[in-house]
Amino acid sequence: MNTSSTQQHRLSETVQQLKPSGIRRFFDLASTMDNVISLGVGEPDFVTPWNVREASIVSMERGFTSYTANAGLIELRRAVSYYLENSFGVSYHPESDIVITVGASEGIDAAFRAIINPGDEVIVAEPCFVSYAPIITMAGGVPVPLETTKKHDFKINAEDLEGLITSKTKAVLLSYPNNPTGAHMSKEELEPVVKVIKDYDLLAVSDEIYAELSYDYEHASLPAFPGMLERTILISGFSKAFAMTGWRVGYVCGPKDIMAAVLKIHQYTMMCASTSAQFGALEALKNGRADVEKMVASYRQRRNYLVKTFAEMGLECHTPLGAFYAFPTIEKLGMDAETFAEAFLTEEQVAVVPGTVFGSGGEGHVRCSYATSLESLVEAMERFKRFMDRHG
Amino acid sequence: MNEKELEILHLLEQNARMDIKTIAKLIDQTEEEVEMMLKKLEENKVIVTYATVVDWSKVNNHDGVTAMIDVKVTPQRGVGFDEVAERIHRFPEVKALYLVSGTYDLQVVIEGKTMSEIASFVSGKLSALDSVISTTTHFRLKTYKHDGVVFGDDDEDHRMMVSP
Repeated sequence: MNTSSTQQHRLSETVQQLKPSGIRRFFDLASTMDNVISLGVGEPDFVTPWNVREASIVSMERGFTSYTANAGLIELRRAVSYYLENSFGVSYHPESDIVITVGASEGIDAAFRAIINPGDEVIVAEPCFVSYAPIITMAGGVPVPLETTKKHDFKINAEDLEGLITSKTKAVLLSYPNNPTGAHMSKEELEPVVKVIKDYDLLAVSDEIYAELSYDYEHASLPAFPGMLERTILISGFSKAFAMTGWRVGYVCGPKDIMAAVLKIHQYTMMCASTSAQFGALEALKNGRADVEKMVASYRQRRNYLVKTFAEMGLECHTPLGAFYAFPTIEKLGMDAETFAEAFLTEEQVAVVPGTVFGSGGEGHVRCSYATSLESLVEAMERFKRFMDRHG
Repeated sequence: MNEKELEILHLLEQNARMDIKTIAKLIDQTEEEVEMMLKKLEENKVIVTYATVVDWSKVNNHDGVTAMIDVKVTPQRGVGFDEVAERIHRFPEVKALYLVSGTYDLQVVIEGKTMSEIASFVSGKLSALDSVISTTTHFRLKTYKHDGVVFGDDDEDHRMMVSP
């Protein structure tokens, strides 16, 4: 009996179709080395603020260890609603329009499963977070990459978007501030994109997990545009702004009918998000403002440091306007992104992530996270310079 | 004070040895601009000094004792607490001195070599001042956190090396 073909039959064709994440390889390689400085980490370098951790501990001490409502603690949904209204001018009803999820990732998954019929196309602005395309595929949809490029500072060009729309297009997925490029789109820049989405009567899924980490201009939330509330699914969470990645708490907001579907999926798959984590998240929204501001100020400084140092080295890098990633071009070294990242790691023990991992438009770039201590950044830049002198 | 000056103060408060070049990059100013702002902050005594937080417990043969003394005093007409405060802070043993609200008026932080050295300061010098009514001395046993800095090694990075 041929084992491999038998085993192949055991697996879903959809899953087999998924490519393994390109990040894994670098993780494995970096893990075997000593003295590695990692600019490859996609999460804050801060530990969750103590008041948040403490609130979660207290909830456990007081015996809040049972399930919450499927949609999440009502106090937390009220706090999310209040926060979104105050920060971004979008109105969601806590009872019907908000579901607390196990991280934003579950939210993205539930959102696509709620709206996709087999064969539906979803246009995804790339480079982007590695999970979007696989999640769409797993939901039975077809991800259609919309390449954004350095030429347009990795912002969506409305004409390019329009060119990809077919009779099968169901939704557009966008995420600004963006991982991995650090790009951000202002209100004015989003206007034409919004127009296309409305003209073609599409849905929008807007992953705004990095909204708080906007350095140069105010974050423009997609559902805040006139006529967009009823056609947008907003995804966000606590991981980035409040340094709560390991807690896995996020939320999905949207129009009632879609949220009823999201809730149905969420209740059958997750029941509810972790209760103690939800209590932490509630404290974060109630009393976390000052900590967020401090962290944002610190990211902004490190962003400045990195961009200026790249400029000194003669490395081209568009100014990241949000998130905590810089996305410099390494084309002048005559290597592709994968080769560069591997050589840089092997020769200088600095881990960066090749842009190709994040989809089309990523070639020629590497993602450098500046959510790491200034000392590490300084040392990493020295090693960068050494590497460039050797290969440039 | 402008925002950039504030940023400089916060950075130097964390690390007084940070060089001008790094500060300039972090706050998106030229080195000359940073130098000018620093000069101004120093001249105006906004930056009082550049000090180092030392964990003396890690230094061999460093015998030192620190005490926090709560002092009740009679305020003087016209000068309030300032005159007696000045008399107290002139003693070189006095590391810090604060006027506080509550049961006591002044909080004095004293450093000495031995407990008896501190005892003799309290009885011989501090209590001997006319306006001092009473003192309560607390000896510091262990430092957990000082000037916002946690003593001990708890700043390990627990994150995975590479993540999406």
